[in-house]
Amino acid sequence: MNRNSVMMVVVLTVIAGIASLILAFVYDFTKDRIAEEYRKDFLKGLNVVLPEFDNEPDKEAVEVEGRMLYPAKKEGKLLAYAVQSVSPKGYSGDIVVLMGVDLEGKVTGIEILKHAETPGLGNKIETPHFRDSFKGLTKDDNIAVKKDGGNIEQFSGATISPRAVCEAVTSGLAFMDKALAEVEK
Amino acid sequence: MKLASLTDGIFKNNAVLKQVLGLCPALAVTTSAVNGIAMGLATTAVLIGSNSVVSLIKSVIPAKVRIPAFIVIIASFVTVVDLMMNAFVHDLHKVLGLFIPLIVVNCVVLGRAESFASKNGVGDSFLDAVGTGLGFTFALFLLGGIREILGNGSFFGLSLFPEGFSPAILMILPPGAFIVLGFILAANNWIEERKRAKAGRAVTHG
Repeated sequence: MNRNSVMMVVVLTVIAGIASLILAFVYDFTKDRIAEEYRKDFLKGLNVVLPEFDNEPDKEAVEVEGRMLYPAKKEGKLLAYAVQSVSPKGYSGDIVVLMGVDLEGKVTGIEILKHAETPGLGNKIETPHFRDSFKGLTKDDNIAVKKDGGNIEQFSGATISPRAVCEAVTSGLAFMDKALAEVEK
Repeated sequence: MKLASLTDGIFKNNAVLKQVLGLCPALAVTTSAVNGIAMGLATTAVLIGSNSVVSLIKSVIPAKVRIPAFIVIIASFVTVVDLMMNAFVHDLHKVLGLFIPLIVVNCVVLGRAESFASKNGVGDSFLDAVGTGLGFTFALFLLGGIREILGNGSFFGLSLFPEGFSPAILMILPPGAFIVLGFILAANNWIEERKRAKAGRAVTHG
């Protein structure tokens, strides 16, 4: 091996080594803050979908059939649970919905945690107006967009995204129906 | 150090408007003015870091492995920017999240490292990065602003039109990016053309 090829290896290794050191340092420096930001995001979601509570739902979560239920309690009294529900039928990728369901199986609110719908069209599922239209519905209601004969308003030009949200809420309610019975046992 | 290092990237050699480089982020994230500016500034931060470092260590990098070396340096800066944004401007990061890692493959960044920083001193390379970055930011802001006004009826999130106005949604969909960019480039060429014509007349009459 001549001197040049050795130099190539040495220089690249040194550069990669320094880069990893710097990245490890930055990762360590930001890791707690990032985790905290994600928790804040999630708590914000819980605040929206659940009735007023004074406990810490994300720390008191219970697991039912592999899914986490986040209980909302006020003065020790259980009011509702929040649960995540996913629909794979979004216009581009999964739509993750966080929904609150009270003990009678009524929706107390929903929040869209994750989606990649078209800005200006499908992403209107984020608007409070749309999300509020789910409040108070139960599994016996016909949760579907008007176009499909249901009672949820779709938006002009975008039916797929609201339809996916309806599906997520419907399956979430079906799950909660079982889960509530399970938890009470 | 030359002032031209700074201004070239903003006007004469604007990455998007003149060289038509870095179009992937320029077209993909510019659905609003804020997104454009944020993406532009993130790219500027990476450019400043990579240009300075490349220029500092250019003499020890063997020519044959310079591209992998540049890419490692650029990728490191991108990851740092990505983590920092996630920690400190979390909401913005949620919007741009997918596109930040893609700055690694933005040809503007590697282009400046290869064609400028590896041949010039640290001071000039730094100025070149600031100029190129600001030029890129300006172009993205222009695209994002126009698309937001036409496609969403708002500017920096503020509604511009009375209730009931229905904006041209097409403009914030992918085709709108191409249409707006086309018009911007056309306007740009028209201005250049007129400048050249005027200069030409001045010469003949003078």
